[in-house]
Amino acid sequence: MRWAIVRFPGANCDEDARFALKKAGLRAEYVWHTERDLRGFDGVFLPGGFSYGDYLRAGALAAKSPVMEAVRRFAEEGRYVVGVCNGFQILTEAGLLPGALLANLNLHFTCKEVGVRVERNDLPFTRLYPRGQVLRLPIAHGEGRYYADPETLARLEGEGLVVFRYAPLKGEADYNPNGSLNDIAGITNERGNVLGMMPHPERAVDEVLGNTDGLPFFLGLAVEVAR
Amino acid sequence: MEALAKEIGIPEGEYREIVRRLGREPNRVELLLFKVMWSEHCAYKNSRPLLKALPKEGEAVLQGPGENAGVVRIGEGWAVAFKIESHNHPSAVEPFQGAATGVGGILRDILSMGARPIALLDSLRFGPPEGRSRYLLKGVVSGISFYGNAIGVPTVGGDLYFHEGYRENPLVNAMALGLLREEHLRRSRASLDRPIYYAGAKTGRDGIGGAAFASRELKEEKEEDRPAVQVGDPFLGKLLMEATLEAIALDLVEGVQDMGAAGLTSSLSELAHKSGLGVELHLDLVPTREKGMTPEELLLSESQERMVLVPKEGKEEALEAVFRRWGLDCVPVARTIPERVFRVLFRGEVVAEVPTEALAEAPTYVRVGREDPEVRRVRETPIPPLEADPQEVLRRLLASPNLASREAVYERYDHQVGTRTALLPGRGDAAVLWIKGTRLGVAAKVDQNPRYSRLHPRLGAMHALAEACRNVSVVGAKPLAYTDGLNLGSPETPEGYHELQETIAGLKEASEALGVPVVSGNVSLYNESGGRRIPPTAMVGVVGILEVDKRAEMGFRRPGEVLLLLGEERGELGASEVLYLLTGKEFGHPPRLDLGREKAVQEAIRDLIALGFTRTAHDVAEGGLLVALAEMTFPYGVGATVEVREGSLEALFGEAPSRVLFTVEKARLQEATLLLEERGLPYRVLGETGGKTLTVLTPGGVLEWSLEELLSAWKAPLREVLDG
Repeated sequence: MRWAIVRFPGANCDEDARFALKKAGLRAEYVWHTERDLRGFDGVFLPGGFSYGDYLRAGALAAKSPVMEAVRRFAEEGRYVVGVCNGFQILTEAGLLPGALLANLNLHFTCKEVGVRVERNDLPFTRLYPRGQVLRLPIAHGEGRYYADPETLARLEGEGLVVFRYAPLKGEADYNPNGSLNDIAGITNERGNVLGMMPHPERAVDEVLGNTDGLPFFLGLAVEVAR
Repeated sequence: MEALAKEIGIPEGEYREIVRRLGREPNRVELLLFKVMWSEHCAYKNSRPLLKALPKEGEAVLQGPGENAGVVRIGEGWAVAFKIESHNHPSAVEPFQGAATGVGGILRDILSMGARPIALLDSLRFGPPEGRSRYLLKGVVSGISFYGNAIGVPTVGGDLYFHEGYRENPLVNAMALGLLREEHLRRSRASLDRPIYYAGAKTGRDGIGGAAFASRELKEEKEEDRPAVQVGDPFLGKLLMEATLEAIALDLVEGVQDMGAAGLTSSLSELAHKSGLGVELHLDLVPTREKGMTPEELLLSESQERMVLVPKEGKEEALEAVFRRWGLDCVPVARTIPERVFRVLFRGEVVAEVPTEALAEAPTYVRVGREDPEVRRVRETPIPPLEADPQEVLRRLLASPNLASREAVYERYDHQVGTRTALLPGRGDAAVLWIKGTRLGVAAKVDQNPRYSRLHPRLGAMHALAEACRNVSVVGAKPLAYTDGLNLGSPETPEGYHELQETIAGLKEASEALGVPVVSGNVSLYNESGGRRIPPTAMVGVVGILEVDKRAEMGFRRPGEVLLLLGEERGELGASEVLYLLTGKEFGHPPRLDLGREKAVQEAIRDLIALGFTRTAHDVAEGGLLVALAEMTFPYGVGATVEVREGSLEALFGEAPSRVLFTVEKARLQEATLLLEERGLPYRVLGETGGKTLTVLTPGGVLEWSLEELLSAWKAPLREVLDG
């Protein structure tokens, strides 16, 4: 599998995404934000960071960049698109996923490890996790509070589009780090080929980093090759 | 001109020296060049003669002091560039932008060496966390978070103290580490007849006066009030960083220099001076974002996110293309020339022409220092007998501002971006960064105790270096070199000068004894107001190297391990946190420091870790033994039961260097203690890990705390300060 990692000016988790994809044995290449053609790739990864300085709103400018037109077509063709953190914000701004990511309720950037429950494991991204498993994953964002209007939220829940939900690691009551509605940490589209999530699986792929809970996420993408 | 010199604060003697060096009267622009280049900030007029005494040589040193940052070799062709820098004054005026641009500035210093910045540490000092000091703390933390998070360099550590002495003069020092291949090392150099490129943000009027120059002078001219604090843009900073690193990786540049204090003037004249050449600068070519800027403004602007690059011959177009792709200006504005002068042209006329040496080599001052008798009196004040219930004292100590958890601060910093952070904040005594693709790790820690330094500047500086090295050692790393951020009051009073002398003398002594050289640093003087000097503050940032898989954390991980104390059992109360807690005062003699013992203890703990005897080690620092034990229970919620031979405040909460707590599996206890015995080091088996309490058996009875009560006492205070 050949994955493209989009390099927006201001993205800063691009190298981490490449590290994780390669660790899982996938080919990963950078694609510049002005690129209009994604032919030859099987998946696109929109990494975290502050694309275009996150001016206006987080992800708002990146959503209008030339490469996003290609990403949209790519998604329509049913190929995989993953957006993590700023990448999730870009996907919602671009309308590829519903809802929006608002300022955290604590009104400041928060970097820590949180509990994240796997709600679906019938997707390539989560196929190697048991359903209901609570992962320990890092978050690092100022605008990660998932919001959607009541109808959208009901549709997400009704169609089972919530893939990841914040959950207690050790029974703590304040497990939701940003005030996301329904504890939503990550969602997918109806087709199940576009995934957006605020936690950073790519930061949890090696013993040296003290956390490998994110590795199956990437290994799950690699299983596709063997199939 | 002499009148103008006087007006902008150039001392008469220095003005005469300027005239002597030029062989004529300077013109107005030239005088301003001297004003900034001969400022204490740029020229180290008072500190330079003293700093010469510091050891700078070491096996690992690739680049010592004098460049934008120091560089040490770490193995397998990799090297680490690092430096600490102050941004005290801007942060006191505008904490958010002051701290943000401090971070941006130190990152560009690292970048100038050809290194990719991989970590930030911040050393912060404020008055007690209330009122304006609280406002400053919140602003500074937000500023660091704003810049560091966005540019994508993790903030992995630091230190934070609250002390009355910083109420009027907070300190904000930022340290950065960068990673490079040895062959990518770049310096501030250019060969003859090369174009010099200006890259990055356009020049505006912001920050004029930042390098200590009389802004009053400009205001009268422009009838405009411009803030002296610069404004940071981490997005532009990120683009500049990536473009510069790309240009270096493609081998397009021979020299790199950042544009920091005193802007174009400092960066170009120093580049020329270090290269033994001159430079001709065409101000009309400088990209500007405001119209009608005067030569003085263009020369002195401290607009952020700018670099100077010297392309290799024939690589000019390739260099321009790299920056164009990143959407940045990159234009030739100057050229190196054989005459060793800094020549400035504006609208076809030479507006300044000054020998580069005259600008770079400012006069230095050697003064006579004298100890402040008040400091001696307080230091020699005897410690009265103290009565206190240890059960209560531990809880209160853990909740005191200098010992309470820093989680509320570091949670606002992205400490993981880059996927190199092998020890997260709060997990170890030093940060550990993994050099991916190898099994190498780099440890870093910055340290200084204001109480010790205020009462005994020389001993305080020795403690700072010793403790930073100890912290690096207890995670398993061998200290390689250090960077020193010296922050003091005015050197123009005998008392202030004495503190500067003593601080540097202390660093020298500890540096020689521990075998750790200095490779970079920064001096910030005149941190005083109303005649009240800050405590002499030598923030020492140590970098060490380890095998990343053999790193130790501070938290107890498993029950049933034997807990040992390496070092003496008893501490001292002079200048301690417990003394301050119980009396509300800071006095007495700071703990004695035997550097030979210190070195042996550090080596021993490193060996214990490297030989696999332990993976859990923690320095016994402020608050003494019980605070250190409590801190070891927090990360994993594993308790301990220990027995002490003495229940005095000195034994439970007294402070002393050269002490480390660590755990060993029972089966390996004998081997571990044999190693210590062979080296003649004192140690004692204290007890065992396990349970949900911290239980301390003393001759006077049993002390016991639930981990929960200690944890909540420790976690709450700073969170309330920051979130409230």
